[in-house]
Amino acid sequence: MDEIAVLGVGMHPWGKWGRNFVDYGVKAARDALQDAELDWNEVQFVSGANTVRCGYPGYVSGSTFAHALGFTGAQVASSYSACASGTTALATARAQILSGSCEVALVVGADTTPKGFLAPNQGERWDDPDWLRFKLMGVTNPTYFALYARRRMELYGATARDFAKVKVKNSQAGVNNPNARYRKAFTLEEIEASPVVASPLRLLEICATSDGGAAVVVSSVDYARRHGIANPVKIAGISTVLPRYPEQIIEMPYLATDSAAGTGWPDGGFRDTIPKRAYAESGLGPEDLDMAEVYDLSSAFELDWYEHLGLCKPGDAEKLLNDGETSLGGRVPVNASGGLGAFGEAVPAQALSQICELTWQLRGQSGPRQVQGARAGLCINYGLFGHGSCVILQR
Amino acid sequence: MAEKPKVPVIEGWFTLEPQPSLIGLRCGGCGSYFFPKTQASCINPTCGGGEFEEVELSRTGRIWSYTQNCYSPPAPYVSPDPFVPYTVAAVELEREKMVVLGQVSPDVDVEALEVGTEVELTIGTLYEDEQSEYLMWNWRPVAA
Repeated sequence: MDEIAVLGVGMHPWGKWGRNFVDYGVKAARDALQDAELDWNEVQFVSGANTVRCGYPGYVSGSTFAHALGFTGAQVASSYSACASGTTALATARAQILSGSCEVALVVGADTTPKGFLAPNQGERWDDPDWLRFKLMGVTNPTYFALYARRRMELYGATARDFAKVKVKNSQAGVNNPNARYRKAFTLEEIEASPVVASPLRLLEICATSDGGAAVVVSSVDYARRHGIANPVKIAGISTVLPRYPEQIIEMPYLATDSAAGTGWPDGGFRDTIPKRAYAESGLGPEDLDMAEVYDLSSAFELDWYEHLGLCKPGDAEKLLNDGETSLGGRVPVNASGGLGAFGEAVPAQALSQICELTWQLRGQSGPRQVQGARAGLCINYGLFGHGSCVILQR
Repeated sequence: MAEKPKVPVIEGWFTLEPQPSLIGLRCGGCGSYFFPKTQASCINPTCGGGEFEEVELSRTGRIWSYTQNCYSPPAPYVSPDPFVPYTVAAVELEREKMVVLGQVSPDVDVEALEVGTEVELTIGTLYEDEQSEYLMWNWRPVAA
């Protein structure tokens, strides 16, 4: 797959600001354009990552952000794939660029979130599994995270202390990130004294919901060179894959898995297959990565991702963590941004924020949280109802 | 005062008698099971298709994982006041090769559960209002 260039990135800090999501997106977009040294009038395609929590403007986010920046007659698209929306919007922009339909595009995502558990849509929705899981058995998002955490303890002997150590690591990284919502280094004692939300996970180990915005300006590599950037950060691979039947891990928002009675158990699950597409497109493998930003919806979940990415064998994630290999200064730092633990999740902006972080890191602009000599990085998450999301960047 | 009627919280997903069981579908073409029975046709992409038959799923399975929820979830869940923590189990059914979620019977101590514990399907009250008591399936350790 041909590469595209990252010309500029920008973010609105994560927090609970309570303003219109458009404000965050516009701030991030203006910062990304400034970083790219590009005039808004030069953008040929606007790709929005939607939010479903902010009314109609959120469903047409590409147009909404473009309107707030001033309509220029550029092309537009808006994408929704839950927590994968940012990557889907990026993949849409890449397709436009590589097809020759445009040369330079702006990708934007932003969200304003309510306090507390993410809730389903209102009304009586007996056909909607996302509504039914709350109605029939009170299965919140942390319920699923906790099921995975308990399973990990059973399969691999992970301990609650291991989970707390992930949070310690990420909170220390977040202190040095001006865009992070929680800039406090938590101790093991503080984490283990926080209330249990869904056993074995505690409040400080579960991702919060946040307001925030992120934007990326991308172009053809040729356009970047003409624009005066000889050695841009490049997007080397993107994965937006679906699961394959039968999926054997219970995933949000379902109440049951597929059945393997007719097929036998498949070789690996959805999360194992997500990075493979991005690895294949980029020609890189896990051994080539200098860093990764992964989807730590819970502290325990980060450990699962080490294995899904191939950073270690199944069951070895705790060793990787405890040996310091995924800490800043280690072999392959994970969540040097602070991760979701330090950010909370702003759904359509989250994947784009990971790309902002990797871009700054690969340019060597990350200050005290810089991964020394980083040349290649991967970010991964996935969205409700089976949306894979993984991007590999290199310089 | 007459006793309130007891009704399933959702129609057509599970039976109450003679023994409670979940109602699923089985594809005659490939043998895959489906629960809930929301599919109109087989979703195994390698299956050429076949007749669907309605089947009762296995009434027992083993705990794949479990958790106790300690905070009241948002609507439409109806929480008692004051809120009482509840346990959710993911249970693996051997014949169907699938995992089905359910609350664990409220009188079961979460400390008594382990991954691998054998459980059976029972019926419990999810909540009640002025008209009715609403029934839902629960998982409960098989009596030793």
